[in-house]
Parts: sequence; structure tokens; C-alpha cells
Amino acid sequence: MAVLNMEGLLREYLPILIFLALAIGISGAMFVASMVLANQRPDSEKLSAYECGFEAFDDARGRFDVRFYLVAILFIIFDLEVAFLFPWAISLGDIGVFGFWSMVMFLGILTIGFVYEWRKGALEWE
Amino acid sequence: MTEMPIILPAIPEIFLAICGMGLMMVGVFASKERASSLVSILSILVLIVTIFLVVMMNKGEALAFNGLFVTDHFAVYMKLLVLIGSTVALIMSDGFVKRENMDRFEFPILIVFACVGMMMMVSANDLISLYIGLELQSLSLYVLAAMQRDNLRSTEAGLKYFVLGALSSGLLLYGCSMIYGFAGTTSFTTLAAELGGHDGHGSVGVVVGIVFLCAGLAFKISAVPFHMWAPDVYEGAPTPVTAFFAVAPKVAAIALFLRVLMEPFGGLVDEWRQVIIAISIASMLLGAFAAIAQTNIKRLMAYSSIGHVGYALVGIAAGTEAGVRGVLLYMTIYLVMTVGTFACILCMRRNGQMVENIDDLSGLSKTHPKIALALMIFMFSLAGVPPLAGFFGKLYVFLAAIEAELFTLAIIGVLSSVVGSFYYLRIIKIMYFDDERDAFDMPVGRSLSAIMTITSVATVLFFIILTPVLDGASLAAASLFSG
Repeated sequence: MAVLNMEGLLREYLPILIFLALAIGISGAMFVASMVLANQRPDSEKLSAYECGFEAFDDARGRFDVRFYLVAILFIIFDLEVAFLFPWAISLGDIGVFGFWSMVMFLGILTIGFVYEWRKGALEWE
Repeated sequence: MTEMPIILPAIPEIFLAICGMGLMMVGVFASKERASSLVSILSILVLIVTIFLVVMMNKGEALAFNGLFVTDHFAVYMKLLVLIGSTVALIMSDGFVKRENMDRFEFPILIVFACVGMMMMVSANDLISLYIGLELQSLSLYVLAAMQRDNLRSTEAGLKYFVLGALSSGLLLYGCSMIYGFAGTTSFTTLAAELGGHDGHGSVGVVVGIVFLCAGLAFKISAVPFHMWAPDVYEGAPTPVTAFFAVAPKVAAIALFLRVLMEPFGGLVDEWRQVIIAISIASMLLGAFAAIAQTNIKRLMAYSSIGHVGYALVGIAAGTEAGVRGVLLYMTIYLVMTVGTFACILCMRRNGQMVENIDDLSGLSKTHPKIALALMIFMFSLAGVPPLAGFFGKLYVFLAAIEAELFTLAIIGVLSSVVGSFYYLRIIKIMYFDDERDAFDMPVGRSLSAIMTITSVATVLFFIILTPVLDGASLAAASLFSG
């Protein structure tokens, strides 16, 4: 019985395994294809990091503007909000009125925080 | 789960939370010069309205949010203490924040949010809501400790508090997960039903969980051996914040301690009692001996508060209704004395600078006889000299301990109390018999002198109001044992 259940459980995860294989396969194919097919004429500008952001392999003790940090923190809050919204949207039928209003309240609190940071000038670069 | 749960018993918390967010909007949209004082006054008003709401909603035991939240007489009693302590701390901070360049409107708002967290803690009826309340409170406190951003010691205090607080939350959560793993539920009501049935013997896993939970909570009340943050944070944080730390969060954490140990784990009293006795004895002894060598008055108050937490834990160790009543009475009296003492410390200002050394009090009786008199009353009361308030607090917890036949604990308590009176009396000696120094800055402000007067009168004449306070405490303690 337990073995059967275990198999059933594993079968439910089969689509995820297929997705994983597809994702690895497609992205690997893209990398290999661009390495094999494209003309490659590197120069120092092309090899450097894009115009914003840091050198990927650099001394970790380097200084950087504290504003990067602030933007990253503010980003995380709204990123998490979206991470909450997806499961909420899918299970809305099961969690009913209470679930709906809980999320609305959460979004309301987040909005208060957003207005606060906006008025405090945290979103202005200069 | 799909219908709207009952939320009515939580109205005071909801009101306070919404007002806190509203005040944030007031703060950012009001003009920069007015924001701080406007939000400060509004916060005090909001807290006072919440006190009335708490009193009005007091209708015996009621559950809310599908059993995650409970109000009873115990919760109401503790919430009143927390709210009164916070309100008074906020009123006391008024002059300080303006002088010390700390007048940002976030300060009162953080206190309001900390209050929401503390009220949640007091009313928690589930390990999850316990943790949420505790974290809401702690996060606000970390920021409050570091409120003077350009002061090195204040930021250090905030960081230290944060790192060690995170550690203790980890311990607490680990304990909660052990309890959940071995008992299969996080609800206090179910835990009480399940663990009470085994003739007071839980599985080892639950007991290990309780020990970790106690360690996490002992950190929050700064009981030895989890006290090391307290002196540094008390010294580094701005003085009004220290006053707030010393009263409100401590009362809330003791309330949480009481509820957790008496309600879900009341059946396991023999298991957790030894832990509580150990930390109680360690706290009383360290509070008494380590404070002797202190030169900074805020640090001294930190060690004093460690000692007082030890005395309160004596009542918890008794594990009886009388013990809980003793703790409630003790925290009430502790609140009054501590608020008064910090009001005196906030008066210690010379040439526009705060001074914090005990030597600075030298000869205070000649320069400021009234402040010296008030501080003397508080010191005698903290030492537990009859007929002042502090004596009754100690009396009732030690009585409860003796009724529970914890004779060793009670004797160590009384002895450490004798040792402890040395450093309280030393302050009185410095104030009354040492050479006078330059006078403090005058005037101290109306609110500070009012608080000093009220608390010192209350400390001296406490025996008059002892009966009604004791009745309230008995009612609150009984409600903890009825469920």
C-alpha cells in the first residue's frame, strides 16, 4: 500500500521532471548553438559587464553606493508580494471570502508602505 | 475556513494597527516641521483610546480568528499595563527627542506598532500567533534602539539587539517546531487538552521543545543566562527608549511566559519548573551582584531589571494561581517604579548634555531636593523596603513560592534581595551624603515632573490601592486557570 502511494506521489511529480528536462535541454541548446553558429569577435567593451551593475568577479570588499542596496530591498518587498499573489489567485475558489479579504488587506498594508517610501523620496535616484 | 472568522474581540488591536498605518500617512503628508509633534500627540491619543477600547471590550473569555487569538481577564490586565507603560514612555520622551535631534515622526509610530505586537503576544492562543506578535514587537524594538542613527552607541545597541534577538527567535521557533512535531498541533487549547491528559507526563520531544521555547522567551525578558544583551542595549539606546524597553516589552514577555506555561503546558509543571527555578535563581543572583560594580545608571537599571525578572520568575515557578497573582502584582509595581526612576534619569541633564553616571547624582539632595526625594523613594521601593510598593510585590511572589513548598528558592530570593539593596542604598547615599555638584538643567518639563510626582505618590501610598489592584490580579490569574 505504502509503495503504491509512493509511486502515485512520484507520478504526480512527473510533469515537473519533464519540464526540468525540457528547460535544461532548450537552454543548453541555445548556448551551444550561439557558441557554434555565431561569429565571435570579442573586444574589451563587449566582454565587460553591462552599463549598470558590478563586475561579476571582483573583490567582495569593494564599496558601492548604498542606493543600490535600498533599491534591492524595495524590490524584494514587491517581489515577495507577487510570490504571494500567484498561489492566492489559483486557490481563490477554495479559500473564499476570507481568503480574498486577507489578501486585499495585505495589499493595502503594502500600499501604505509604498506611499511612505515614495513620499520619503526613497524612489528618487538623486 | 472560508467564512469570515470572528474578529470582534480583537477590535483594540485592529484599531491600533489601522491607526498606526494612518499615522504613517499623516507623518509623510504633513509638513516636515509639524510632522513629528503632530504624530506624537496623535499617537498618545490613539494609545489612550485603545486603553478605553480594551476596558470596554472586557467581557470575559472570547476567541477570535479561528482560535488563534484569545481575550480574557488576564489579557486585559496585561494589555492595560503594556499600554499604560507605553503611553507614559511616549509622554516622557517628548522633551528628549526635541533636544537630542531625534524628532522624527517614525519614533511614536514604531512604539504604536510595538504595542500592537505586544497586545498580540498577550492574547496569543497559538504558537503561530505567538511568534507573529513577538516578531512584530521585536522588529519595532530593534529599530527603536538604533533610533539615534548618528550615535555610535545607539546603532551598536540596535545591531546587537537585532543579532541576539534573531538568535533567540531561532531558539523559540525550534522549540515550537519540536512541540508541533511531537504533539501534532500548535493550538494552545488543543495542546492543553492533549498534554493535560497524560497525568502530567509529556513525551521527551515535547519537553525538549518547551525548554527551547523557554530559552527563547527568557531572552526576551532578559533572564540569566540570556541576559547579555540587556546592559549594552539599555546603555546604548536613547534614554526614553530605554525607559520604554524596561517596562512595556518586559511586561508583555512575562505575560506570554505565563500564558504559555500555565495554559498549554500547565499539565507539565513538574517538567518546566526546574528550568524556571534555575533561571530565576541565576537572574536574582546576577542582578544583585553584577549591579554593584556599575557606574552608569542606565546599566545599573539593566542589571536591576534582570534581578526583578528573577523575582517575577519565582512566582511563575510556583505554578499556582497565587503565584500568577503575585507575578501580575509584581509587574504592576515594577512598571510604576521603573517609569518613575527613568523619569528621574531623564532629568539628569547638565549644560544641555545628558549625563548618565551615578557620580553625577552626587549631592542631589541639596541642588534638587524634589528629584532626590523622588529617586530615593524609587530606590527604597526597588530594594523592597516596607511599606513602599516594591515590598508588596516581593511579598506576594515569595508567599506563593512558600505555599508551593519552594523554600530554597524563596530563601535565595530574600538573600539576593538583601545583597541587591546595597546598590540601591548606595545611590541614596551618593545623593544625600556626598559633596554637591553643578546643578542639572532646569526646568525639567511639566510632563516629567507630573510623572515623577504621580509615580512617587503611588509608590509611597501603594498600600491604599493594594486591595483593588490585588482583586484585579486575582481575577486575571483565575481566568488563566479556568480554561
